[in-house]
Formats: sequence, C-alpha cells, structure tokens
Amino acid sequence: MKKLNSILAVAIFSLIMVSCGNNNESKRSGGAMSSNVAEKVYVAPGEHDEYYAFLSGGYSGNLTVYGLPSGRMLKEIPVFSQFPTNGYGYSEETTPMLETSFGFIPWGDAHHPDISQTNGELDGRWVFINENNTPRIARISLEYFETEEIIEIPHSAGNHSSSFVTENTEYVVAGTRFSVPYPQEDIAIDQMKGNFKGPLTFIAVDENGGMSIDFQLKMPGFNYDLSHPGRGDSHGWFFFTTYNTEEAHTLQEVNASQNDKDFIAAVNWKKIQEYVRNGGGEEIDANYAHNVFNHSTQTATTTMMNKVLTVDPRDVEGAVFFMPTPKSPHGCDVDPSGEYIIGNGKLSTDLTIHSFSKMLKAIENKDFDGDAYGIPVLNFDATLAGVVKDGGLGPLHTEFDDKGNAYTTFFISSEVVKWKLGTWEVLDRQPSFYSVGHNMIPGGNSRKPDGKYMVSLNKITKDRYLPTGPELEHSAQLYDISGEKMELLLDFPTHGEPHYAAGIHADKIKANSKKIYRLDENKHEHATLNESETRVERNGNEVHVYMTMVRSHFAPDNIEGIKVGDKVYFHVTNLEQDFDVPHGFAMIGANNSELLIMPGQTKTTTWEPTKVGVWPFYCTDFCSALHQEMQGYIRVSPKGSSQELKWSLD
Amino acid sequence: MKKSGILMIVGSALLLGLFYFPLWNITLGAPQYPEPLGMDIYISGIEGKSEFDIQNIDGLNHYIGMKKIPKPEEMWEFNIFPLVIGGMAALGILLGILGFFKKISPHWFFGWFVLMLVLGVLGMYDFNIWLLDYGTDLDPKAIIKLTDADGNPISYKPPLFGSQKILNFTAHSYPRLGAWLMFAGMFLTLFAWWVGKRSVRPKSNL
Repeated sequence: MKKLNSILAVAIFSLIMVSCGNNNESKRSGGAMSSNVAEKVYVAPGEHDEYYAFLSGGYSGNLTVYGLPSGRMLKEIPVFSQFPTNGYGYSEETTPMLETSFGFIPWGDAHHPDISQTNGELDGRWVFINENNTPRIARISLEYFETEEIIEIPHSAGNHSSSFVTENTEYVVAGTRFSVPYPQEDIAIDQMKGNFKGPLTFIAVDENGGMSIDFQLKMPGFNYDLSHPGRGDSHGWFFFTTYNTEEAHTLQEVNASQNDKDFIAAVNWKKIQEYVRNGGGEEIDANYAHNVFNHSTQTATTTMMNKVLTVDPRDVEGAVFFMPTPKSPHGCDVDPSGEYIIGNGKLSTDLTIHSFSKMLKAIENKDFDGDAYGIPVLNFDATLAGVVKDGGLGPLHTEFDDKGNAYTTFFISSEVVKWKLGTWEVLDRQPSFYSVGHNMIPGGNSRKPDGKYMVSLNKITKDRYLPTGPELEHSAQLYDISGEKMELLLDFPTHGEPHYAAGIHADKIKANSKKIYRLDENKHEHATLNESETRVERNGNEVHVYMTMVRSHFAPDNIEGIKVGDKVYFHVTNLEQDFDVPHGFAMIGANNSELLIMPGQTKTTTWEPTKVGVWPFYCTDFCSALHQEMQGYIRVSPKGSSQELKWSLD
Repeated sequence: MKKSGILMIVGSALLLGLFYFPLWNITLGAPQYPEPLGMDIYISGIEGKSEFDIQNIDGLNHYIGMKKIPKPEEMWEFNIFPLVIGGMAALGILLGILGFFKKISPHWFFGWFVLMLVLGVLGMYDFNIWLLDYGTDLDPKAIIKLTDADGNPISYKPPLFGSQKILNFTAHSYPRLGAWLMFAGMFLTLFAWWVGKRSVRPKSNL
C-alpha cells in the first residue's frame, strides 16, 4: 500500500508539472513556426492523404478510417456494432455477422487493429480487429472496406492481447485478459487461484483471409494483456505480457499490483503448430460462432462450431517460457529487427527490454529461475538487454521508426518519449494532450516502419476542442518524427475510444479499392437484376417485394394488397453501375434501420405494418436531381381483407 | 515506282488500324464526373471508355429525353463502315502491288486517295447527322426540358470536332488512334502518288 501511495504521489506531482509545462507549450506553439507546421498537414482540396490510418472505434465497436497527415476522417466501418447508417446488423444479410454463442449481440468493444503482413511488411489486404467484451476477431477487407468475417473465441474472456498477426499472416492471436474457468463451470470465485486459466488462441488465416481456430494454448490463469509477434530471427515466436500473476480475484488494482515482476510469455508457435500437425493436443467441447460475409451472395452466414483443439504448454518441450518483467507490464512490443522485446511496466518509470538472442541462450543453458505451473521462468538478468531509465511515468506502448529509434507513450506523465534502441538513451520528449494510450507509426510494428509520422491516441480530451458538454470524443495528436526532435503538427478528435491504430502508405491500398459492386457478379438469393423482373410475392403472411432502384425511381413504386399482420421483406437492388451513386430505402414506421444500397448491391429489410392506410417510402440518399421524386406508396388493408396483391410503375 | 508502290501498300494498310483502334472519342466531364464518362467510336460500334460508361451516359441522358446510344445492330453504318474500310484497304494494297510491278500508272493512287477522301467526308457528314438527331430528337416527356432565349428546345448535340459545354457537362470530341492512322495512311498514299509521278516522269523523257 505504501508503494502505491508513493506512486500516486509522484503521479500527482508530475501531473502538476505537466500542466504547468503545457501552458508554456501552448504559448510557444502559436509563433512563427505555426505556418510551417500548417503546411506539413495541409492537404489541398481534392488532394489525397499520404497514409491511411485505421483507428479502432473502441466502445463504438467499429473501425474508423483516417487520412494522414490531414487527420480527416474518411469512413466509419461497422464491425461489431449495429450501424443504422447503412443497415449493417439490421439488414437480413448482415444480422448473422453479430451472432455469437450468446445470441445476437448488437454491440462490441473494438481494440487493436492490425494490418495483414507478407514477409514482415504490411501488405494491405485486410485489417484484423479484436472485440474485447464478447471475445471475437474480425477481418475487414481493404478492397471493399467492409467486415468480411467474425470469429468468436471460445473459452476466452476479455479478448485484449489481440488481434496481432504474424509475419506472413499465418496466425492472428487472441489472448485472454480475464482468466476464467477453462472450460467454464460453476465454481466459487475465491477458488480462482490455480483453477482459472488464460487460454491463448491461435487463429490460422488462409490465403483468402478465411479464419479458423488452429489451437488454444491452455496457459496459467494470469491476465494476458498485450502481445506482438516476433519478426526476422524471432519469427515463429509470439510474446504476451501478463499482469495479475498474483491471481487476485478482487480489488485487483491493489491485489494484482503486489508482485514486483510479472511475466512476458514467450510462445514458440512454430513448435506448437508442428505438435498439433502431428496429432498433438486434445479436442474439447466449445461453442462459438463463425460468421462469414460472402461478397458473391452479399449475405452473411453463421456457422456454430462445437470443438476446439487445446494444447497444454507443458506437453510441448521448449515451446513456452516466462520472462520476468517488472511492474505489471502493459504493452509488449517487438522492434523491427525482432531482437528486442519491450515490456512497458505501467507502474514504473522504466522500460524493460529483453533480448531475443539472449533469451535463446538462456533457454539453451537452462538458465531458469524456477517455474510457474510447470512453465520455466527464465532468469531475469539472462534475458535482459537493457533498461530505459526514467523515460517518464506509466509507460504503456512502444512503436518504432526506420532509424533505430523507439517511441514510448507514458500515460501518467502524458507524453511521448523517443529513445535509442541499443543505447537505451532518451533522446526527446513531447507532451500529449492528455494521457496518451497507444501511439502509432505506419508500419511501426513490422519489419519496415515508415518513420515520418506518429499518432498519439489519447484517453483524456478536456479542453482541446470547443466544449461539447460532459461527454467528449477522444483526442489524437500527429507528430512529425522525421527529424531528430519530434514536432507536434496536429490535434484532431477521434471517434469512440481508439485504443490502437494501424497505418499504411496509401499506395498499398488505394488502387485496390472497389468502386462498385458488379451486378453481373451479384448472386444474392433475392437480387432483382432488371426492372422487368421486379415483383411482389405472397407466401402466407410473408410478402416478398423484389424491388429495384435507379436514378430516380423505385420499381415497383405502388404496391397494394399488403395487410396488417403481414411481414414484408423488401429485397432492394441498386441497378446503378456508376461510382458513388447510392440509393437509400426507408419505410415509414419500420422498426428497423434504413438501407443504404451501393451500386450493384442487394439488401433486405423487414416491415410489419400495424396500421391501415397508404404509407410512403422514399430514397434517403440525395442521389440525383430527381431525388425528391424517388418515392412510392404502399397501401395497407385490414387483416383479412380480400385486396389482391397489385404493384405498378407507370 | 517500287518505292511509291510500297508507300501505297503501307498507306492503305494503315486503314486496317480502324479495326483495332477507335476512330473517334467523345468524353463528357462534369463537376460530379471528375473522371469523365467517355465513348470510343469504332467503325463497328460504340464502346464505353470505362466498362459501364455507356450505361451511365444513357442513365444520365434519360433526364433530358435522349435516345439510348445505339447498339451495333441498330445502325446500318456499323455494318457498312467495316466493309468500306476493308474494301478500300484491299483496293489500295492491290493498286500498290500493281504499281510496285509497274503495271499501272501512279495516277491510280491519286484516284484512290480522292475516292477515300469523298467516302471520308460522306462518313463524317453521316456521323454529324447522327449526332444532330441524337442531340435534338428528344422524348417529349423528358424530365428536364430546357429552352434557349427564343423559347426553342436547346440542342444537346455534341460537337463533331472540338469541345463544347452542354449543361453541367463539357463534351470533348476528337479523333483517336484509328483516325490518326487513317489520316497518316491517306497522306502516305498521296505521297506515294507524288513519289511515283517523279520516278515515272524522267523515264518517259528518256
């Protein structure tokens, strides 16, 4: 308790110091330099940004796309949350995306986007992102900028140390932040110690992006906080930070902060992969949803899975080791060469850097300091490469540039600190506004970072923008890191809580971005590819409307014979094949979202009319000069009415 | 005469480029179409510059009541033009071969050139009539009906050659590679005639 008090005292003191410093800083930044800074982030009207940045939407459940250096938000991609803007999670086609073993879940907590890699470099095919609350991993296409696949992670809780990918996107990982009974059972909470587990799930990714759980590593019941893959020589390994090795189950802020050192778990996944390929591991019961959006049918399907392969790490010789790391490490980052593994001890002022080559030597020499549940603990000094002393307070995350420098965020002292790999010398520090969490350098967690810009993703906004009431968006800052000193360029609000982000040079993506969905590839079960095929069909009290939209009318636009008590399915196809000509569909009184339908797309919404009358529907997107005329009527007759189905477009 | 025969053969063979490359091109740029829509006009039909351009031009044109851009089978020209071009190329090559072996006078080359010029002008005239019809024969139920200062319906006829503003669009109408090959070929046949004349004259003086 004493230790905690002293940390808090330092923290409070440093907050005071930082806030004083800030005042000076803001006065200085308005000077002659500011026009020069403005030029650096100015992207002229009509020009494109140099980088894409994919920012997690945090508790919005989505992924936002920004341009850098302008800091302009380009798009919000719905992933784990319903998105009434375009009907994701509401339309018949996309509701399966949000199915889980707990049923339909309309919301998620997105954390760490990571871009697919080939040979340790970002390849721009997909972004993966994890859902922390109901553990899931999503894969987003960077051709369509749409969520294509979501896989639920069984036996996991708090899917936080994910969704990081290996050097050739062999695996995307999903580690458990909250240890839980494995498999789940009715057990007294105070029986946690030794009984709970922290499974680490390795999800294989095939060449088309398809995800499948290869194996689950049944690790001791610690909290697996963050992770990063090895690269270069350390390719084949994955590193996970842990906290709460105390295995406390209550008042964790104190009880999980008692051990001076927790661990970084080093996992040789290649060994385990070989082990399971040779028939190792045990298949156990599991219950999880695997949701896949098929671009050809434009429809998602849910497959419930019921088995998972579990591996006891003690059964695979030389596969898993613990490296003691001080002060409840949070971020676990690997430098571009793959040699250094950085543990960001969030309750200290120092960073601990392990050496991969020293780790191998320690393993070879069996330089162990006991074990934890049968997993060897390596001698702290044997793996230690160095310590960054007094970087700041509360280090969280580290990214890298292409010149051998590392950039660490300090949450408590609210700053980003540049230091040199190898000499561990602090080179520069800049304040962040305020209390930075992750930082992001495009490619900063690959073999080839682009050391031009860094974004800090901050947890506290306060006075940075015009006040907007008590609830604020988060703030981000953009720094120029091309020179010796970091230079603050821009400050921009972000959506939700963007824990982490992934950036990539625009050239790797922009040419692949689709402009339309091709009608000749539309294999949707209920697509209507031609106005002459539009129709209305009744099947009991289910009515299916096969409707098309093109500038500037619906077909059909008058429908009669619908009755109270019917369930009407509108299967609406946008017949346009022109870039950026969406049409929307909205029906008065529908207990559902609108549909925003892009050229060549088919989407379905449902409506259960409860009131007799003539009810309009209309296009919600100002599609054309005759957009206001893009409307229609549906006549709803009383239940049991003899009114026949009729439809027209004249 | 050998040289002029070869020039004649090459010149008339260049006409065959029209079977592979567009004769003419009309692009339509607008504020909403920073990447302009475009039609490539071949001797055998009209194709979009990008895959869906024709469909999109038709879609936009329905607002002003224009007819759809004709399919090859809807215009006799697209059946006749390939025959005329193919025939003229064959005839030109034949004349060139005969000239090469000194079977005919180079004046035949000039004759071919004049015939080609007449056919070309007729083709352009016909093309202009089509553009005029396309730009002025509008659906009376058109959504947007605009009139000029005198109250007459405005013409949406794209220019035969050059650029012109039509409502929010700027139309650019220019020859493309097929036409340039044809022009170059015709110039070569004229040159063949001139070279042939020079080589024949001194001989006749001997």
